Amino acid sequence: MSTTTHPILARQAPAHDNLLEVTGLHKHFPIRQGILFQRRIGAVRAVDGIDFSVGAGESLGLVGESGCGKSTTGRLITRLLEPTAGTITFDGEDITHTSVSGMRQARRNLQMIFQDPYSSLNPRHTVGTIIETPMKLNGVNPPQGLKRRAQELLETVGLNPEHYNRYPNEFSGGQRQRIGIARALALRPKLIVADEPVSALDVSIQAQVVNLLQDLQREFGIAFVFIAHDLAVVRHFSERVAVMYLGRIVEIADREALYALPRHPYTHALLSAVPEADPDLTGARERIRLAGDVPSPINPPSGCRFRTRCWKARDKCATEEPPLVRIPGNAEGHLTACHFPEEPTTAPRADVVLDPALAAMEETSTGTTGMPT
Amino acid sequence: MSQPTKESPESQPMEGSPESPHAQPRPLAVSTATPAFLDVRDLRVHFPTEDGVVRSVDGVSFTLDKGRTLGIVGESGSGKSVTSLALLGLHKGTRALVSGEVWLDGRELVALPEKEMRQLRGSTVSMIFQDPLSALHPFFTVGAQIAEAYRVHHQVSRKEANDRAVEMLQRVGIPQPRRRAKDYPHQFSGGMRQRAMIAMSLVCDPALLIADEPTTALDVTVQAQILDLIGDLQQEFGSAVVIITHDLGVVAGVADDILVMYGGRRIEYGTVRDVLKRPQHPYTWGLLQSMPHIAGDVDRRLNPIPGSPPSLINLPGGCAFHPRCPHKGQVPDGRCSLERPELVPVPGTAEHIAACHLVADIRGGENTRAAQ
Repeated sequence: MSTTTHPILARQAPAHDNLLEVTGLHKHFPIRQGILFQRRIGAVRAVDGIDFSVGAGESLGLVGESGCGKSTTGRLITRLLEPTAGTITFDGEDITHTSVSGMRQARRNLQMIFQDPYSSLNPRHTVGTIIETPMKLNGVNPPQGLKRRAQELLETVGLNPEHYNRYPNEFSGGQRQRIGIARALALRPKLIVADEPVSALDVSIQAQVVNLLQDLQREFGIAFVFIAHDLAVVRHFSERVAVMYLGRIVEIADREALYALPRHPYTHALLSAVPEADPDLTGARERIRLAGDVPSPINPPSGCRFRTRCWKARDKCATEEPPLVRIPGNAEGHLTACHFPEEPTTAPRADVVLDPALAAMEETSTGTTGMPT
Repeated sequence: MSQPTKESPESQPMEGSPESPHAQPRPLAVSTATPAFLDVRDLRVHFPTEDGVVRSVDGVSFTLDKGRTLGIVGESGSGKSVTSLALLGLHKGTRALVSGEVWLDGRELVALPEKEMRQLRGSTVSMIFQDPLSALHPFFTVGAQIAEAYRVHHQVSRKEANDRAVEMLQRVGIPQPRRRAKDYPHQFSGGMRQRAMIAMSLVCDPALLIADEPTTALDVTVQAQILDLIGDLQQEFGSAVVIITHDLGVVAGVADDILVMYGGRRIEYGTVRDVLKRPQHPYTWGLLQSMPHIAGDVDRRLNPIPGSPPSLINLPGGCAFHPRCPHKGQVPDGRCSLERPELVPVPGTAEHIAACHLVADIRGGENTRAAQ
């Protein structure tokens, strides 16, 4: 690991100077049974061995369906959860098992924005108190004074500095999310983990917050781990994107490569399911309909975890777990965990319909060929 | 009403495009030519509260024929869900003041006594709710709940109803339907619960299906399955579908027509192609521009709609959207804040109406989606 990290240098050479380095990260939540003597009978393997890195000033997007472990990953990085195994190195320092008081230091540079702007702000604190608290806890005394600094932050996120004495309930959802962002900015962090920062907001407000985050990223050179289920928003915000499935990263690449030249069947399926508000695009993309839902992370499928919903699964997929590697045909930095990758294109082809009800109905009504399971 | 006057040259014939099933003109809200299957006229739902009257729905009209899908779009508080509840008569027994007319297949529903409404509910009109976990009863098995919906409207034995429930579960793609019918809702995953809800709402072959944010709680891959399922089932049963959503992408995939609501009122109404390709109201236009696209230019800055949605107690005067509208300067004399724009036909289309002073003033393509 490097010891000196200058933001500009790091951005030019992200391979060597990473702000955040995650290796072999695991988080297993134990399931216990029994009233007095609780036995451990299993574990929810929420995050099950992931590696990635984020350079200074870079934005990494994490996408996947609910239950894929993306939020748990975010909470592990900020150490709101204790990892079961693996290491997290932030800013050259191993924070995998740092104590609570030790983390207080690290969190000066490592902040989080939460999904729900209603439950993440204390309703009995004024906006000013909410924004000043991180500075007070860390003994930061800005030259202009705490109140002035808080008001400046309010202005930075597009709120009226005179609202310093108001309570969160006096603000709308979008404004509350801005308060959460101001709080995260208070300590001038190097990395912000944003866990679904816009999914609770109305469509017309989402764009306001995305633009704000983008401006802040450019202005202050903050690195982001941007967690979202909306693939279009992630693509807009993050230069690199990792696709997660059942606690694993199945594909990671630059956004251009991931969205235009995806290799993993799951990435294909995700992209084909995104609804587009353009009637012309409906026929211009591939159409893949997976069967059912994500399997349980308590007992994930052997080998490749996606194989139970994959149309290309063969015997090898059940026995051998595909490594996350650069497979032939991939650009530098584009890693895919698949034995039988797809062609790197999203152009339309014969529909892949694994859903039994859809397949049956489409065979009888229109005569299109679906691929039965 | 006339045939759509011109087909835009780039338009490909696709599902529900003007060429096939409705070659004859479809009556819009203003027309009275042929009675539509569902005809909503000047629907108003007001809630008296301590702070004033909340005008959740304020004069909404639309029509819908069998076999077609209408998408109602708007952000939270635009009145879309309240509209859907009014169609089912679900405001009866509350303090809501409902006025206007809802004609379904020749019957008026707003004034219909609750007893008769109950007979229609679930059989002729049924609904898919947003959150299947709170819409399904946790104490009864999924199969029993579907069978009950069937037995309420049909004189059949318990066994026949149960068989029907299993058949419906199979139709919506639940594996091992006979076994899963005996499961309780908590034993189902989110997507399966929504499938069970769909099975329940379709068990009596409803002629009108209302889906209120049917996929908002679901993951994108499951959302695609459910939307396809609703579309396929609609083709099979020939029902009319009203789908309520805040996601323009969902509407683009499944609906034939779009009704855009803002502050409890209609602001734009037309076919999917017209509204999404040539949006006329600055709000619709803004919604489209504020969304990132999966294949769009990543360096393009999103173009958000400034401000936040209005209060329904104190709607802004004139056009309800004017405080947020970036184009109000183009309309002379401050008419936007003084005069409420009427819904006027968009020049060049037969079935596309929008409520904006600009539509009447600025003709042609100047208003079309600029960024894409």
